[in-house]
Amino acid sequence: MIWLDTVIQGVLLGGLYALFAAGLSLVFGIMRLVNLAHGDLIVFGAYIILILVSLLGLNAFIAAAIAAPLMFALGWLLQRFVLNRTLGEDILPPLLVTFGLSIALQNALLEGFSADSQRIGGGTLETASLAVGPINIGVMPLLCFVSAVLVIVALNLLFYRTSLGRAFRATSDDPVTASLMGVRPAQIFSVATGIAMVVVTVAALYLGMRANFDPTIGPARLIYAFEAVIIGGLGSLWGTLLGGIIIGVAQTVGAAVNPEWQILSGHVAFLAVLLVRPRGLLPRAVD
Amino acid sequence: MELLATRGLTAFYGDFQALFGVDISLDEEETVAIIGANGAGKTTLLRSISGVIRNAPDSVTFADAPVGHLDADRVMALGVVMVPEGRRLFPSLSVEENLQIGSYGRNIGGYWTLATVYELFPVLKERRKSPGTALSGGQQQMVAIGRALMSNPRVLLCDEISLGLAPVVIRDIYAALPKIRESGASVVIVEQDINQALKVSDRVYCMLEGRVTLSGKPSEVSRDRIHTAYFGETAA
Repeated sequence: MIWLDTVIQGVLLGGLYALFAAGLSLVFGIMRLVNLAHGDLIVFGAYIILILVSLLGLNAFIAAAIAAPLMFALGWLLQRFVLNRTLGEDILPPLLVTFGLSIALQNALLEGFSADSQRIGGGTLETASLAVGPINIGVMPLLCFVSAVLVIVALNLLFYRTSLGRAFRATSDDPVTASLMGVRPAQIFSVATGIAMVVVTVAALYLGMRANFDPTIGPARLIYAFEAVIIGGLGSLWGTLLGGIIIGVAQTVGAAVNPEWQILSGHVAFLAVLLVRPRGLLPRAVD
Repeated sequence: MELLATRGLTAFYGDFQALFGVDISLDEEETVAIIGANGAGKTTLLRSISGVIRNAPDSVTFADAPVGHLDADRVMALGVVMVPEGRRLFPSLSVEENLQIGSYGRNIGGYWTLATVYELFPVLKERRKSPGTALSGGQQQMVAIGRALMSNPRVLLCDEISLGLAPVVIRDIYAALPKIRESGASVVIVEQDINQALKVSDRVYCMLEGRVTLSGKPSEVSRDRIHTAYFGETAA
Protein backbone atom coordinates (compact mmCIF):
# COMPACT_ATOMS: atom_id res chain seq x y z
CA MET A 1 0.00 0.00 0.00
CA ILE A 2 2.83 2.37 0.74
CA TRP A 3 3.94 1.97 -2.88
CA LEU A 4 0.52 2.89 -4.21
CA ASP A 5 0.61 5.93 -1.94
CA THR A 6 4.04 6.88 -3.25
CA VAL A 7 2.94 6.58 -6.87
CA ILE A 8 -0.17 8.68 -6.26
CA GLN A 9 1.91 11.39 -4.59
CA GLY A 10 4.19 11.24 -7.64
CA VAL A 11 1.32 11.63 -10.09
CA LEU A 12 0.04 14.64 -8.14
CA LEU A 13 3.54 16.16 -8.06
CA GLY A 14 3.61 15.57 -11.82
CA GLY A 15 0.66 17.95 -12.09
CA LEU A 16 2.82 20.70 -10.62
CA TYR A 17 5.62 19.94 -13.09
CA ALA A 18 3.11 19.95 -15.95
CA LEU A 19 2.02 23.42 -14.80
CA PHE A 20 5.65 24.54 -14.84
CA ALA A 21 6.00 23.11 -18.32
CA ALA A 22 2.74 24.07 -20.05
CA GLY A 23 3.72 27.73 -20.56
CA LEU A 24 7.13 26.73 -21.86
CA SER A 25 5.55 24.21 -24.22
CA LEU A 26 3.06 26.79 -25.50
CA VAL A 27 5.71 29.38 -26.32
CA PHE A 28 8.10 26.87 -27.84
CA GLY A 29 5.32 25.35 -29.93
CA ILE A 30 4.27 28.65 -31.45
CA MET A 31 7.50 30.55 -31.97
CA ARG A 32 10.33 28.04 -31.41
CA LEU A 33 11.54 30.24 -28.59
CA VAL A 34 13.12 28.58 -25.56
CA ASN A 35 12.58 30.92 -22.65
CA LEU A 36 15.42 30.28 -20.21
CA ALA A 37 13.85 32.74 -17.77
CA HIS A 38 10.68 30.63 -17.52
CA GLY A 39 11.53 29.22 -14.08
CA ASP A 40 12.45 32.65 -12.75
CA LEU A 41 9.21 34.09 -14.12
CA ILE A 42 7.35 31.43 -12.11
CA VAL A 43 9.24 32.49 -8.98
CA PHE A 44 8.53 36.14 -9.83
CA GLY A 45 4.84 35.29 -10.12
CA ALA A 46 4.98 33.60 -6.71
CA TYR A 47 6.36 36.80 -5.16
CA ILE A 48 3.61 38.88 -6.79
CA ILE A 49 1.00 36.57 -5.25
CA LEU A 50 2.86 36.67 -1.93
CA ILE A 51 2.79 40.48 -1.90
CA LEU A 52 -0.94 40.54 -2.61
CA VAL A 53 -1.58 37.96 0.12
CA SER A 54 0.60 39.57 2.80
CA LEU A 55 -0.08 43.26 2.09
CA LEU A 56 -3.76 43.11 1.26
CA GLY A 57 -4.58 40.05 3.32
CA LEU A 58 -6.20 38.37 0.32
CA ASN A 59 -6.94 34.70 -0.11
CA ALA A 60 -4.17 33.12 -2.21
CA PHE A 61 -6.54 32.09 -5.00
CA ILE A 62 -8.01 35.58 -5.27
CA ALA A 63 -4.49 37.01 -5.24
CA ALA A 64 -3.59 34.71 -8.16
CA ALA A 65 -6.69 35.83 -10.04
CA ILE A 66 -5.51 39.44 -9.64
CA ALA A 67 -1.93 38.56 -10.56
CA ALA A 68 -2.96 36.71 -13.75
CA PRO A 69 -3.91 39.78 -15.84
CA LEU A 70 -0.82 41.60 -14.56
CA MET A 71 1.34 38.69 -15.66
CA PHE A 72 -0.47 38.60 -19.02
CA ALA A 73 0.41 42.26 -19.54
CA LEU A 74 3.99 41.65 -18.48
CA GLY A 75 4.33 38.73 -20.91
CA TRP A 76 2.75 40.74 -23.71
CA LEU A 77 5.14 43.66 -23.14
CA LEU A 78 8.16 41.38 -22.74
CA GLN A 79 7.42 39.69 -26.05
CA ARG A 80 6.43 42.88 -27.86
CA PHE A 81 9.41 44.99 -26.85
CA VAL A 82 12.18 42.50 -26.15
CA LEU A 83 11.73 38.94 -27.39
CA ASN A 84 10.20 39.72 -30.81
CA ARG A 85 13.39 41.59 -31.65
CA THR A 86 15.47 38.49 -30.95
CA LEU A 87 13.49 36.10 -33.16
CA GLY A 88 14.93 35.20 -36.54
CA GLU A 89 16.95 32.64 -38.41
CA ASP A 90 19.56 32.54 -35.66
CA ILE A 91 18.44 30.64 -32.54
CA LEU A 92 21.18 32.09 -30.32
CA PRO A 93 19.85 35.65 -29.61
CA PRO A 94 16.67 34.52 -27.81
CA LEU A 95 18.70 32.08 -25.71
CA LEU A 96 21.19 34.77 -24.73
CA VAL A 97 18.53 37.37 -23.99
CA THR A 98 16.36 35.05 -21.88
CA PHE A 99 19.45 33.76 -20.07
CA GLY A 100 20.32 37.36 -19.24
CA LEU A 101 16.76 38.00 -18.16
CA SER A 102 16.94 34.96 -15.88
CA ILE A 103 20.02 36.31 -14.10
CA ALA A 104 18.63 39.83 -13.87
CA LEU A 105 15.33 38.56 -12.42
CA GLN A 106 17.06 36.40 -9.82
CA ASN A 107 19.21 39.28 -8.66
CA ALA A 108 16.33 41.74 -8.63
CA LEU A 109 14.29 39.31 -6.52
CA LEU A 110 17.25 38.81 -4.16
CA GLU A 111 17.59 42.57 -3.82
CA GLY A 112 13.88 43.07 -3.28
CA PHE A 113 12.94 40.09 -1.13
CA SER A 114 16.26 38.84 0.33
CA ALA A 115 17.34 35.20 0.21
CA ASP A 116 14.92 34.12 2.96
CA SER A 117 12.61 31.37 1.88
CA GLN A 118 8.95 32.28 1.72
CA ARG A 119 5.64 30.51 1.49
CA ILE A 120 2.20 31.54 0.32
CA GLY A 121 -0.23 30.72 3.09
CA GLY A 122 -3.11 28.49 2.05
CA GLY A 123 -4.91 28.43 5.41
CA THR A 124 -6.55 25.14 6.33
CA LEU A 125 -6.11 23.85 2.78
CA GLU A 126 -2.44 23.27 3.48
CA THR A 127 -3.11 20.41 5.84
CA ALA A 128 -6.49 19.16 4.63
CA SER A 129 -6.63 15.65 3.22
CA LEU A 130 -9.09 13.18 1.79
CA ALA A 131 -9.12 9.58 2.90
CA VAL A 132 -9.58 7.28 -0.09
CA GLY A 133 -9.64 3.76 1.34
CA PRO A 134 -6.37 3.28 3.17
CA ILE A 135 -4.67 6.21 1.37
CA ASN A 136 -4.70 9.84 2.39
CA ILE A 137 -4.56 12.34 -0.45
CA GLY A 138 -3.63 15.93 0.34
CA VAL A 139 -6.22 18.40 -0.89
CA MET A 140 -3.58 20.87 -2.01
CA PRO A 141 -1.66 18.42 -4.27
CA LEU A 142 -5.00 17.19 -5.63
CA LEU A 143 -6.14 20.74 -6.40
CA CYS A 144 -2.82 21.36 -8.09
CA PHE A 145 -3.20 18.28 -10.29
CA VAL A 146 -6.80 19.12 -11.19
CA SER A 147 -5.69 22.66 -12.07
CA ALA A 148 -2.98 21.25 -14.34
CA VAL A 149 -5.53 19.10 -16.17
CA LEU A 150 -7.92 22.06 -16.47
CA VAL A 151 -5.15 24.32 -17.79
CA ILE A 152 -4.25 21.74 -20.42
CA VAL A 153 -7.89 21.20 -21.41
CA ALA A 154 -8.33 24.97 -21.69
CA LEU A 155 -5.19 25.40 -23.78
CA ASN A 156 -6.25 22.54 -26.08
CA LEU A 157 -9.69 24.12 -26.54
CA LEU A 158 -8.02 27.44 -27.31
CA PHE A 159 -5.67 25.79 -29.80
CA TYR A 160 -8.10 23.53 -31.60
CA ARG A 161 -11.50 25.22 -31.26
CA THR A 162 -10.92 28.95 -31.72
CA SER A 163 -9.93 31.32 -34.47
CA LEU A 164 -7.01 32.54 -32.35
CA GLY A 165 -5.85 28.94 -31.96
CA ARG A 166 -5.90 28.45 -35.74
CA ALA A 167 -3.82 31.60 -36.07
CA PHE A 168 -1.39 30.23 -33.45
CA ARG A 169 -0.94 26.97 -35.37
CA ALA A 170 -0.75 28.66 -38.77
CA THR A 171 1.89 31.12 -37.52
CA SER A 172 3.85 28.24 -36.06
CA ASP A 173 3.73 26.44 -39.44
CA ASP A 174 4.58 29.36 -41.70
CA PRO A 175 4.59 32.99 -40.50
CA VAL A 176 4.89 34.53 -43.99
CA THR A 177 1.87 32.71 -45.38
CA ALA A 178 0.00 33.41 -42.14
CA SER A 179 0.58 37.13 -42.72
CA LEU A 180 -1.09 36.71 -46.14
CA MET A 181 -4.19 35.61 -44.18
CA GLY A 182 -4.10 38.86 -42.21
CA VAL A 183 -2.38 37.33 -39.19
CA ARG A 184 0.21 39.63 -37.64
CA PRO A 185 2.88 37.24 -36.35
CA ALA A 186 4.43 39.74 -33.91
CA GLN A 187 1.01 40.27 -32.32
CA ILE A 188 0.28 36.55 -32.19
CA PHE A 189 3.60 35.98 -30.41
CA SER A 190 2.81 38.70 -27.86
CA VAL A 191 -0.61 37.23 -27.09
CA ALA A 192 0.93 33.73 -26.82
CA THR A 193 3.52 34.87 -24.28
CA GLY A 194 0.79 36.72 -22.39
CA ILE A 195 -1.22 33.49 -22.17
CA ALA A 196 1.91 31.56 -21.15
CA MET A 197 2.34 34.04 -18.28
CA VAL A 198 -1.22 33.36 -17.11
CA VAL A 199 -0.29 29.67 -16.95
CA VAL A 200 2.90 30.70 -15.13
CA THR A 201 0.72 32.46 -12.54
CA VAL A 202 -1.20 29.25 -11.87
CA ALA A 203 2.12 27.39 -11.57
CA ALA A 204 3.41 30.10 -9.24
CA LEU A 205 0.36 29.80 -6.99
CA TYR A 206 0.94 26.10 -6.37
CA LEU A 207 4.72 26.43 -6.25
CA GLY A 208 4.30 28.92 -3.43
CA MET A 209 1.59 27.03 -1.55
CA ARG A 210 3.05 23.52 -1.79
CA ALA A 211 6.57 24.33 -0.67
CA ASN A 212 8.98 27.06 0.31
CA PHE A 213 10.57 29.19 -2.38
CA ASP A 214 13.35 31.73 -2.62
CA PRO A 215 14.75 33.82 -5.50
CA THR A 216 17.25 31.19 -6.66
CA ILE A 217 15.03 28.18 -7.28
CA GLY A 218 13.85 29.23 -10.75
CA PRO A 219 16.48 27.40 -12.85
CA ALA A 220 15.71 24.04 -11.20
CA ARG A 221 11.98 24.51 -12.02
CA LEU A 222 13.04 25.31 -15.59
CA ILE A 223 14.88 22.00 -15.82
CA TYR A 224 11.87 19.98 -14.58
CA ALA A 225 9.70 21.88 -17.05
CA PHE A 226 12.13 21.20 -19.88
CA GLU A 227 12.27 17.52 -19.08
CA ALA A 228 8.49 17.26 -18.97
CA VAL A 229 8.14 19.03 -22.33
CA ILE A 230 10.81 16.95 -24.03
CA ILE A 231 9.81 13.50 -22.86
CA GLY A 232 6.17 14.36 -23.52
CA GLY A 233 6.97 15.22 -27.12
CA LEU A 234 7.50 18.79 -28.33
CA GLY A 235 4.30 20.60 -29.10
CA SER A 236 1.90 18.17 -27.41
CA LEU A 237 0.21 19.57 -24.29
CA TRP A 238 -1.12 16.17 -23.13
CA GLY A 239 2.39 14.86 -23.66
CA THR A 240 3.61 17.59 -21.35
CA LEU A 241 1.23 16.39 -18.62
CA LEU A 242 2.41 12.82 -19.16
CA GLY A 243 6.04 13.95 -19.02
CA GLY A 244 5.38 15.82 -15.79
CA ILE A 245 3.77 12.76 -14.25
CA ILE A 246 6.69 10.51 -15.21
CA ILE A 247 9.17 12.88 -13.60
CA GLY A 248 6.97 13.32 -10.53
CA VAL A 249 6.53 9.57 -10.02
CA ALA A 250 10.23 8.90 -10.60
CA GLN A 251 11.09 11.52 -7.96
CA THR A 252 8.73 10.24 -5.27
CA VAL A 253 9.63 6.62 -5.90
CA GLY A 254 13.33 7.52 -5.83
CA ALA A 255 12.80 9.43 -2.59
CA ALA A 256 10.94 6.49 -1.06
CA VAL A 257 13.92 4.25 -1.72
CA ASN A 258 16.42 6.78 -0.47
CA PRO A 259 15.64 10.45 0.17
CA GLU A 260 18.93 11.48 -1.48
CA TRP A 261 17.79 9.97 -4.76
CA GLN A 262 14.73 12.16 -5.29
CA ILE A 263 16.12 14.68 -7.79
CA LEU A 264 18.52 12.25 -9.41
CA SER A 265 15.87 9.63 -10.16
CA GLY A 266 13.75 12.26 -11.97
CA HIS A 267 16.66 13.04 -14.26
CA VAL A 268 17.42 9.35 -14.78
CA ALA A 269 13.80 8.73 -15.79
CA PHE A 270 14.13 11.59 -18.26
CA LEU A 271 17.21 10.03 -19.85
CA ALA A 272 15.64 6.56 -19.85
CA VAL A 273 12.56 7.78 -21.73
CA LEU A 274 14.74 9.57 -24.28
CA LEU A 275 16.73 6.36 -24.85
CA VAL A 276 13.56 4.48 -25.75
CA ARG A 277 11.59 7.27 -27.44
CA PRO A 278 13.98 9.98 -28.68
CA ARG A 279 11.11 12.10 -30.04
CA GLY A 280 9.17 11.91 -26.80
CA LEU A 281 6.09 9.94 -25.90
CA LEU A 282 3.45 11.89 -27.86
CA PRO A 283 5.28 13.71 -30.65
CA ARG A 284 3.18 16.22 -32.55
CA ALA A 285 2.94 14.17 -35.75
CA VAL A 286 0.70 11.68 -33.94
CA ASP A 287 -1.26 14.47 -32.27
CA MET B 1 -11.93 52.30 -63.10
CA GLU B 2 -8.39 51.54 -62.11
CA LEU B 3 -8.30 49.48 -58.92
CA LEU B 4 -4.70 48.43 -58.48
CA ALA B 5 -1.50 49.72 -60.05
CA THR B 6 2.25 49.67 -59.71
CA ARG B 7 4.31 52.67 -60.81
CA GLY B 8 8.02 52.41 -61.42
CA LEU B 9 8.15 49.46 -59.03
CA THR B 10 11.66 48.29 -58.22
CA ALA B 11 12.35 45.40 -55.90
CA PHE B 12 15.42 43.70 -54.52
CA TYR B 13 16.20 40.28 -53.10
CA GLY B 14 19.13 41.26 -50.91
CA ASP B 15 21.61 42.85 -53.31
CA PHE B 16 19.97 41.33 -56.35
CA GLN B 17 17.59 43.63 -58.18
CA ALA B 18 14.60 41.64 -59.38
CA LEU B 19 12.33 44.41 -60.73
CA PHE B 20 13.36 47.46 -62.74
CA GLY B 21 10.52 50.00 -62.85
CA VAL B 22 7.44 47.87 -63.46
CA ASP B 23 4.14 49.59 -64.35
CA ILE B 24 1.03 47.48 -64.44
CA SER B 25 -2.59 48.25 -63.74
CA LEU B 26 -5.76 46.34 -63.03
CA ASP B 27 -9.26 47.69 -63.53
CA GLU B 28 -12.33 46.83 -61.54
CA GLU B 29 -13.74 43.41 -62.60
CA GLU B 30 -10.83 42.82 -64.93
CA THR B 31 -8.65 39.73 -65.22
CA VAL B 32 -5.03 40.39 -66.05
CA ALA B 33 -2.44 37.72 -66.81
CA ILE B 34 1.27 38.15 -66.25
CA ILE B 35 3.41 35.78 -68.26
CA GLY B 36 7.14 35.30 -68.48
CA ALA B 37 9.87 32.73 -68.08
CA ASN B 38 11.39 31.60 -64.80
CA GLY B 39 13.23 34.46 -63.14
CA ALA B 40 11.37 37.17 -65.08
CA GLY B 41 10.21 38.72 -61.80
CA LYS B 42 6.55 37.64 -61.83
CA THR B 43 6.53 36.20 -58.34
CA THR B 44 8.55 39.14 -57.00
CA LEU B 45 5.93 41.45 -58.51
CA LEU B 46 3.10 39.66 -56.71
CA ARG B 47 5.08 39.52 -53.46
CA SER B 48 5.64 43.28 -53.72
CA ILE B 49 1.97 43.98 -54.33
CA SER B 50 0.86 41.74 -51.46
CA GLY B 51 3.28 43.33 -48.99
CA VAL B 52 5.55 40.32 -48.39
CA ILE B 53 8.23 42.58 -49.92
CA ARG B 54 7.80 46.18 -48.81
CA ASN B 55 8.38 49.10 -51.15
CA ALA B 56 8.08 52.87 -51.44
CA PRO B 57 4.48 53.89 -50.56
CA ASP B 58 3.62 55.27 -54.01
CA SER B 59 5.01 52.36 -55.98
CA VAL B 60 1.85 50.34 -55.38
CA THR B 61 -1.60 51.95 -55.23
CA PHE B 62 -4.91 50.35 -54.40
CA ALA B 63 -8.16 52.30 -54.94
CA ASP B 64 -5.98 55.41 -55.42
CA ALA B 65 -4.31 55.04 -52.00
CA PRO B 66 -0.58 54.29 -51.62
CA VAL B 67 -0.08 50.78 -50.18
CA GLY B 68 3.49 49.88 -51.21
CA HIS B 69 4.81 50.39 -47.66
CA LEU B 70 2.17 48.29 -45.89
CA ASP B 71 2.80 44.90 -44.31
CA ALA B 72 1.15 41.85 -45.84
CA ASP B 73 -1.55 41.60 -43.16
CA ARG B 74 -2.63 45.23 -43.79
CA VAL B 75 -2.73 44.80 -47.57
CA MET B 76 -4.77 41.65 -47.08
CA ALA B 77 -7.23 43.50 -44.82
CA LEU B 78 -7.83 45.97 -47.66
CA GLY B 79 -8.91 43.09 -49.89
CA VAL B 80 -5.81 42.37 -51.97
CA VAL B 81 -5.39 38.67 -51.28
CA MET B 82 -2.80 36.23 -52.60
CA VAL B 83 -2.83 32.56 -53.52
CA PRO B 84 0.87 31.94 -53.01
CA GLU B 85 3.08 29.91 -55.29
CA GLY B 86 3.39 26.32 -54.11
CA ARG B 87 -0.03 26.52 -52.39
CA ARG B 88 1.49 26.83 -48.92
CA LEU B 89 -1.25 25.15 -46.94
CA PHE B 90 -0.78 25.02 -43.18
CA PRO B 91 0.16 21.41 -42.31
CA SER B 92 -1.17 21.67 -38.73
CA LEU B 93 -4.62 22.71 -39.97
CA SER B 94 -7.34 20.56 -41.49
CA VAL B 95 -8.79 21.43 -44.89
CA GLU B 96 -11.68 23.24 -43.27
CA GLU B 97 -9.41 25.11 -40.86
CA ASN B 98 -7.18 26.13 -43.76
CA LEU B 99 -10.27 27.64 -45.38
CA GLN B 100 -11.46 29.27 -42.15
CA ILE B 101 -8.18 31.03 -41.49
CA GLY B 102 -8.52 32.72 -44.88
CA SER B 103 -10.91 35.24 -43.35
CA TYR B 104 -8.84 35.84 -40.19
CA GLY B 105 -7.75 39.37 -41.12
CA ARG B 106 -10.78 40.29 -43.26
CA ASN B 107 -14.05 38.86 -42.06
CA ILE B 108 -16.45 41.18 -43.87
CA GLY B 109 -19.11 38.74 -45.05
CA GLY B 110 -20.09 38.49 -48.68
CA TYR B 111 -20.66 35.85 -51.30
CA TRP B 112 -17.85 33.55 -50.23
CA THR B 113 -18.41 31.38 -47.16
CA LEU B 114 -17.47 27.80 -46.33
CA ALA B 115 -20.68 26.70 -48.04
CA THR B 116 -20.05 28.56 -51.32
CA VAL B 117 -16.40 27.46 -51.41
CA TYR B 118 -17.53 23.84 -50.98
CA GLU B 119 -20.06 24.44 -53.76
CA LEU B 120 -17.23 25.67 -55.99
CA PHE B 121 -14.94 22.73 -55.11
CA PRO B 122 -17.24 19.90 -53.92
CA VAL B 123 -14.36 17.47 -53.40
CA LEU B 124 -13.07 19.63 -50.54
CA LYS B 125 -16.23 19.04 -48.54
CA GLU B 126 -15.58 15.29 -48.54
CA ARG B 127 -12.03 15.88 -47.37
CA ARG B 128 -12.70 18.70 -44.96
CA LYS B 129 -11.43 16.82 -41.87
CA SER B 130 -8.18 15.71 -43.51
CA PRO B 131 -4.94 17.57 -42.90
CA GLY B 132 -4.51 20.03 -45.77
CA THR B 133 -1.26 18.46 -46.83
CA ALA B 134 -2.79 14.95 -47.18
CA LEU B 135 -4.61 16.03 -50.36
CA SER B 136 -3.49 15.68 -53.97
CA GLY B 137 -1.73 18.63 -55.59
CA GLY B 138 -4.85 19.74 -57.43
CA GLN B 139 -7.01 19.52 -54.33
CA GLN B 140 -4.42 21.45 -52.35
CA GLN B 141 -4.55 24.15 -55.00
CA MET B 142 -8.32 24.27 -54.60
CA VAL B 143 -7.87 24.74 -50.84
CA ALA B 144 -5.37 27.53 -51.45
CA ILE B 145 -7.78 29.32 -53.79
CA GLY B 146 -10.74 28.71 -51.49
CA ARG B 147 -8.73 30.01 -48.53
CA ALA B 148 -8.10 33.28 -50.37
CA LEU B 149 -11.74 33.55 -51.42
CA MET B 150 -12.94 33.23 -47.82
CA SER B 151 -11.92 36.86 -47.25
CA ASN B 152 -14.16 37.99 -50.14
CA PRO B 153 -11.23 39.68 -51.87
CA ARG B 154 -11.50 42.67 -54.17
CA VAL B 155 -8.32 41.60 -55.90
CA LEU B 156 -7.21 37.97 -56.09
CA LEU B 157 -3.54 37.45 -56.89
CA CYS B 158 -2.91 33.93 -58.22
CA ASP B 159 0.72 32.87 -58.37
CA GLU B 160 1.37 29.92 -60.72
CA ILE B 161 -1.77 28.03 -59.82
CA SER B 162 -1.18 25.44 -62.56
CA LEU B 163 2.40 24.69 -61.57
CA GLY B 164 3.11 20.97 -61.31
CA LEU B 165 -0.47 19.89 -62.05
CA ALA B 166 -1.79 17.57 -64.75
CA PRO B 167 -3.63 19.27 -67.66
CA VAL B 168 -6.98 17.77 -66.69
CA VAL B 169 -6.56 19.11 -63.15
CA ILE B 170 -5.54 22.54 -64.46
CA ARG B 171 -8.76 22.60 -66.48
CA ASP B 172 -10.81 21.89 -63.33
CA ILE B 173 -9.06 24.68 -61.45
CA TYR B 174 -9.50 27.24 -64.21
CA ALA B 175 -13.15 26.23 -64.49
CA ALA B 176 -13.63 28.02 -61.16
CA LEU B 177 -12.45 31.34 -62.55
CA PRO B 178 -15.73 32.57 -64.12
CA LYS B 179 -17.51 32.06 -60.79
CA ILE B 180 -14.76 33.97 -58.99
CA ARG B 181 -15.05 36.87 -61.44
CA GLU B 182 -18.82 36.81 -61.10
CA SER B 183 -18.47 37.27 -57.33
CA GLY B 184 -16.94 40.67 -58.08
CA ALA B 185 -13.23 39.98 -57.61
CA SER B 186 -10.66 41.35 -60.01
CA VAL B 187 -7.98 38.80 -60.75
CA VAL B 188 -4.25 38.86 -61.47
CA ILE B 189 -2.95 35.56 -62.77
CA VAL B 190 0.71 34.75 -63.01
CA GLU B 191 1.26 31.93 -65.48
CA GLN B 192 4.05 30.25 -67.37
CA ASP B 193 1.53 28.64 -69.68
CA ILE B 194 0.95 31.28 -72.37
CA ASN B 195 -2.09 29.63 -73.94
CA GLN B 196 -3.85 29.31 -70.63
CA ALA B 197 -3.07 32.95 -69.80
CA LEU B 198 -4.33 34.28 -73.14
CA LYS B 199 -7.50 32.21 -72.90
CA VAL B 200 -8.70 33.50 -69.52
CA SER B 201 -7.49 37.11 -69.38
CA ASP B 202 -8.79 40.48 -70.55
CA ARG B 203 -5.27 41.85 -70.78
CA VAL B 204 -1.84 40.33 -70.63
CA TYR B 205 1.57 41.61 -69.55
CA CYS B 206 4.74 39.80 -70.55
CA MET B 207 7.80 40.18 -68.34
CA LEU B 208 11.45 39.57 -69.07
CA GLU B 209 14.35 40.10 -66.67
CA GLY B 210 12.44 42.33 -64.29
CA ARG B 211 10.76 44.54 -66.90
CA VAL B 212 7.43 44.56 -68.72
CA THR B 213 8.27 43.86 -72.35
CA LEU B 214 4.80 43.61 -73.83
CA SER B 215 1.22 44.35 -72.87
CA GLY B 216 -2.15 44.32 -74.56
CA LYS B 217 -5.38 42.45 -75.16
CA PRO B 218 -4.93 38.77 -75.97
CA SER B 219 -6.50 39.32 -79.40
CA GLU B 220 -4.06 42.12 -80.19
CA VAL B 221 -0.74 40.53 -79.28
CA SER B 222 0.67 38.26 -81.95
CA ARG B 223 2.52 35.03 -81.20
CA ASP B 224 5.72 36.45 -82.67
CA ARG B 225 5.67 39.46 -80.43
CA ILE B 226 4.99 37.29 -77.38
CA HIS B 227 7.85 35.04 -78.38
CA THR B 228 10.20 38.01 -78.53
CA ALA B 229 8.88 39.50 -75.31
CA TYR B 230 9.10 36.17 -73.52
CA PHE B 231 12.57 35.05 -74.54
CA GLY B 232 14.25 38.35 -75.48
CA GLU B 233 15.48 39.68 -78.84
CA THR B 234 18.34 37.27 -79.29
CA ALA B 235 16.16 34.21 -79.21
CA ALA B 236 13.71 35.57 -81.79
